[in-house]
Amino acid sequence: MPPVVRLLAKRLGTSLVVLIGVSMLIFAIARVIPGDPARIALGPNATAAQVAALRERLNLDQPIVVQYGQFVADLVRGDLGVSLYTNRPVTTDIVQFLPATLELVLVAGVMMVVFGLPLGILSARYRNSWIDNLVRLVTLLGVSAPAFVWAVILMLAFAYFLPLFPIAGRITDTMTIPTVTGFLMVDTLIAGDPRAFANAAWHIVLPAFALALSGIGQAARLTRSNMVETYDRPYIEMAQSYGFPERRIATRYAFRPSMIPSLTIIGLDFAAMLGNAFLVEAVFAWPGLSRYGVAVILRKDLNAIVGTVLIISAMFLIVNVIVDLLIAFINPRIRYSQRAS
Amino acid sequence: MSAPTLLIRDLRLGFRGYSGLVEVLHGISLHVAKGERVALVGESGSGKSVTARIVLGLLQNLKSARISGRVEFEGRDLSRLSGRERHALRGTRMSMIFQDPTSSLNPVYTIATQFHEVLKRAEPRLDLAGARRRAAVALADVAITEPERVLDSYSFQLSGGMNQRVMIAMALANEPSLLIADEPGTALDVTVQAQTLGLMRDLVARHGTSVLFISHNLGVVREFADRVYVIYKGRIAEQGPTAALFEDPRHPYTRALLSAVPRITGGGIPEIEDASESYFAPLVVHEGYGEPEGVRP
Ligand SMILES: Nc1ncnc2c1ncn2[C@@H]1O[C@H](COP(=O)(O)OP(=O)(O)O)[C@@H](O)[C@H]1O
Ligand SMILES: [Mg+2]
Repeated sequence: MPPVVRLLAKRLGTSLVVLIGVSMLIFAIARVIPGDPARIALGPNATAAQVAALRERLNLDQPIVVQYGQFVADLVRGDLGVSLYTNRPVTTDIVQFLPATLELVLVAGVMMVVFGLPLGILSARYRNSWIDNLVRLVTLLGVSAPAFVWAVILMLAFAYFLPLFPIAGRITDTMTIPTVTGFLMVDTLIAGDPRAFANAAWHIVLPAFALALSGIGQAARLTRSNMVETYDRPYIEMAQSYGFPERRIATRYAFRPSMIPSLTIIGLDFAAMLGNAFLVEAVFAWPGLSRYGVAVILRKDLNAIVGTVLIISAMFLIVNVIVDLLIAFINPRIRYSQRAS
Repeated sequence: MSAPTLLIRDLRLGFRGYSGLVEVLHGISLHVAKGERVALVGESGSGKSVTARIVLGLLQNLKSARISGRVEFEGRDLSRLSGRERHALRGTRMSMIFQDPTSSLNPVYTIATQFHEVLKRAEPRLDLAGARRRAAVALADVAITEPERVLDSYSFQLSGGMNQRVMIAMALANEPSLLIADEPGTALDVTVQAQTLGLMRDLVARHGTSVLFISHNLGVVREFADRVYVIYKGRIAEQGPTAALFEDPRHPYTRALLSAVPRITGGGIPEIEDASESYFAPLVVHEGYGEPEGVRP
């Protein structure tokens, strides 16, 4: 078995264990929040008999262990139950709302890497110069406020006072795009409509940037500090003594070893965006999983709560597995230590 | 007579810091003739590595470094060259070997990739396949029997001795006229160090490469060098042919250095307990081994 496959199998195994743990936890927590889900769903006018009937239909009269067993049995069949809020299968709801959130987070993640890493490289290559000082100042600003604060600031500045970008939503209402993947920037291309694509991209800039800002700052600062350390290593002196081009030293020979310690943290930052996205979505009225998540929690919609948390956790774990693979890719020591013992 | 490979005349260096200018080199002069192996010996902190970094043109890029004096490489005054022209010499006409070969190789790139980068310095269009072919030949020259395996390895997968051979092969791959070896292999075990130095000596002799051999290990210097400069706190104390200098040390510092050598191993780091005023005595030049006259202005 190739070392990378071995690594992948190991990480997927631990992820599954974590996911099972999370499912038990959220399953229990959702049930101890005060309030009777059946009563909330049926409203104050329902009779006690109606409430009791619904409780029975939802298995709420069973011991929690039995309920969990039933839940797992359904889950392996890909069934997360029905939402009392939308009256649809939870999986249908997630398929509808998750892509908007994922699209936002992915674009923010790309921004974090595309802006954060080059800024860090630039800062380290010209360390202690005015470029470095400027980058450090700007990135400090980025990490000094949470994403939803940036969301409000950016919205006021660039959508309200200076109306360069739309103030809310994913796309202009008059455009109708058939849903294929749920990712608007993909679906518009599938539909062969470049104007709609540009419109969707234009809508996502501000919320994604607000979500990405602290990650950009963190990635840049981390990259810089690790690279400055790397620049003192003998192998960089060697590269300079042999006249390797400075640009290649910065982007390859000093950058890559420096990424080994930063990548884990950058991966965690990326995963944290899944959580931060909830608030940014609220500010920009982004029709993602957050509105759904908040609504189902307030209604104590058990199936929907558990389903939403599980899917977010799964995303989190997938990101971590990808980061682990990337680290193995850039760090040969890890790759070669995965040999069969 | 053609110009020496390296000629340093009255080189001074200071670093600007918080407490003003700290002088590190107080006007040193030395030269390395074509094909000659010259040692620069002195204790730690005496200014050997900074001299090497000036010759390579690296310290010139450091804003805090103040450099004066003359460094001529193959008759060209380095201070008259642009940064770009100095850069063009590095890795092509001059190259360097370091103290610890394993940490001098990049841990996340294979030997092949790094060799490719080194060879591209002389031949920018060289592709990876071509580089591998040439690297394999160069590795065979340093008695590496499985060049393909070594090329596909990372430095941490190879022994220190193997990495040192790789470094030697890289250093000589572009046929430089000057090789600077800054305490080569001091981090290695003594027998491995001796082996790799032997290899290096044979190769530079075959290629006619001039060598500036920096060391604080007198035993190794005696083995390796034709001529020796002894440096003490940024000043040359004594210079002469190796045999004469070892048999008849005349400067107080050289004497102290030689008597401090551990007799059994004939090498190691000489520890001189307390500095004496006499170590600052004027330069001693062995007859007929002074600096060449007639430096062109
Ligand atoms: N970049 C620098 N800034 C300030 N001082 C330096 C720098 N590089 C070297 N020095 C100082 O110069 C002196 C000589 O250093 P070096 O040439 O490395 O000694 P060695 O003979 O051991 O190789 C030391 O005192 C060292 O502290
Ligand atoms: Mg040194």
